[in-house]
Amino acid sequence: MTPADSIPALSIKNLRKTYNEKFEALKGISLDVMPGDFFAMLGPNGAGKSTSIGIISSLVRKTSGAVEVFGKNIDTDFSAAKKHLGVVPQEFNFSMFEKVEDIVLQQAGYYGLPRKQAVAQTEKYLKQLSLWDKRQTPARMLSGGMKRRLMIARALVHEPQLLILDEPTAGVDIELRRSMWDFLREINAAGTTIILTTHYLEEAESLCRNIAIIDSGTIVQNTSIKSLLQQLNKEVFIFDVKGNLQYLPVLDGHHVAEIDEHSFEVEVEKGQSLNGVFAQLTAQQIEIVSMRNKANRLEEMFVAMVNANKKEVQS
Amino acid sequence: MTASEQWIAFLTILRKEIKRFTRIWIQTLLPPAITMILYFVIFGKLIGGRIGDMGGFSYIEFVAPGLIMMAVITNAYANVSSSFFSAKFQRSIEELLVSPTPNYIILLGYVMGGVARGVAVGLIVTAMSLFFTSLHIHHWFTTLFIVFMTSVLFSLAGFINAIYANTFDDVSIIPTFVLTPLTYFGGVFYSINLLPEFWQQVSVLNPILHMVNAFRYGMLGISDLHIGMALVGLTILVVILFVIALHLLKTGKRLRA
Repeated sequence: MTPADSIPALSIKNLRKTYNEKFEALKGISLDVMPGDFFAMLGPNGAGKSTSIGIISSLVRKTSGAVEVFGKNIDTDFSAAKKHLGVVPQEFNFSMFEKVEDIVLQQAGYYGLPRKQAVAQTEKYLKQLSLWDKRQTPARMLSGGMKRRLMIARALVHEPQLLILDEPTAGVDIELRRSMWDFLREINAAGTTIILTTHYLEEAESLCRNIAIIDSGTIVQNTSIKSLLQQLNKEVFIFDVKGNLQYLPVLDGHHVAEIDEHSFEVEVEKGQSLNGVFAQLTAQQIEIVSMRNKANRLEEMFVAMVNANKKEVQS
Repeated sequence: MTASEQWIAFLTILRKEIKRFTRIWIQTLLPPAITMILYFVIFGKLIGGRIGDMGGFSYIEFVAPGLIMMAVITNAYANVSSSFFSAKFQRSIEELLVSPTPNYIILLGYVMGGVARGVAVGLIVTAMSLFFTSLHIHHWFTTLFIVFMTSVLFSLAGFINAIYANTFDDVSIIPTFVLTPLTYFGGVFYSINLLPEFWQQVSVLNPILHMVNAFRYGMLGISDLHIGMALVGLTILVVILFVIALHLLKTGKRLRA
């Protein structure tokens, strides 16, 4: 690890934001994201994710606290901090009347890129995001997915070291979502630190290494996805049987419930093995053709954490 | 940001602004040309012939500098107020706010965009006037200084208007209820010497009168007022509005949550 690697890509210290001296959107959150990380910020609507991103990108004025991007303070060294940062907001925020190429070229200009370099990098990212053929099209004529990709190309044109995406795949179809995931994995592998907020927990589980769960302006959990999943105490599996389910199996140590005439669900607690379940099912002559998780594992944990936090706040 | 990077950012904003008003030339460049032709035909040829001389010049010669200034003022103002408010409304202003571009470069870029349109329309109107009368320049420095500084001033005013505006209605209130009356009473169509003493004193408080008068002096060499006062006053107003606009940008008034 070089000394540069030990400087967090993003460091947030005791960040607070109170809107109109009434609503406390952020209650002193602290967070470090290390270079090269693929980091997820999860939280329900109104948790404070977008406010945090707004403050980092200077679109929202913080009430107190400090933010550094690769060691550069956003207040005292804003120019250097912003050069390291690319932001893809949740909502479309480009001129609908301008052409795709102009939007990306202008953004390069705002970062002071010489024209020749700006033109080359605009071409590179429009091609990577499959928008090169649409470069002369006014932005309003693009589909929703293309508009999202345009915002990613725009955020990358000055080649930032830290890319923050606020719900980048909201409202895009599955195919496009998967291709966006591949693209983000590629640029992360090439060295860009990525932070994303998402409602799709599958997205966080699939892409990210570390995670912060935010709720009601506080960080409820800040850990790796792996250790978060290890905290799961219980999982529910759905088993589909061959033919019709003649009777509901009785499995020692497991709660079993019928779903329909072809399937049933089984609770498996931490420490229990699936081999034991299969052994008992085989003994009862029940043939299984497929099995799956009842719900996304992270989703269950996320809901549990948010509910626990709500109870804590209320008490 | 280095000086050369800031220069690139400035040119980017200016290029974007020029591209914008030339792209929609039917809304921005054509209407003042048509309006001014109508003014020249009606006030210059039809009515002007009956009015006779004013300040030693034919009425059409007298009114031409005022009409040019009127076009410069309204277009410089309209360009910045509509462009900046539209960027705010569509949230594309965030492209600039998240970038390292310093606030004064953002301001200068938009203001120079307004100046570009003000001067472009001024040139178009001047070209139109040549179909009706001959123009000559009495004092080049005064003429160019007044055109440039007036368009800077009203671009700054348009910028401040756009920052405070919440709706498109808010963008049109100042031009309709403030700018147009001040321009029409700003000596575009008459010499204030024609007014009673009291109204002459009131008119002197109108800054547009000083700009129109100084511009007319630059072209025709006649003046109702002190030219030096107009040049200094205009410069002071530009400095004051620049400081106010920069302060609003710095504090993020109605731009940052």
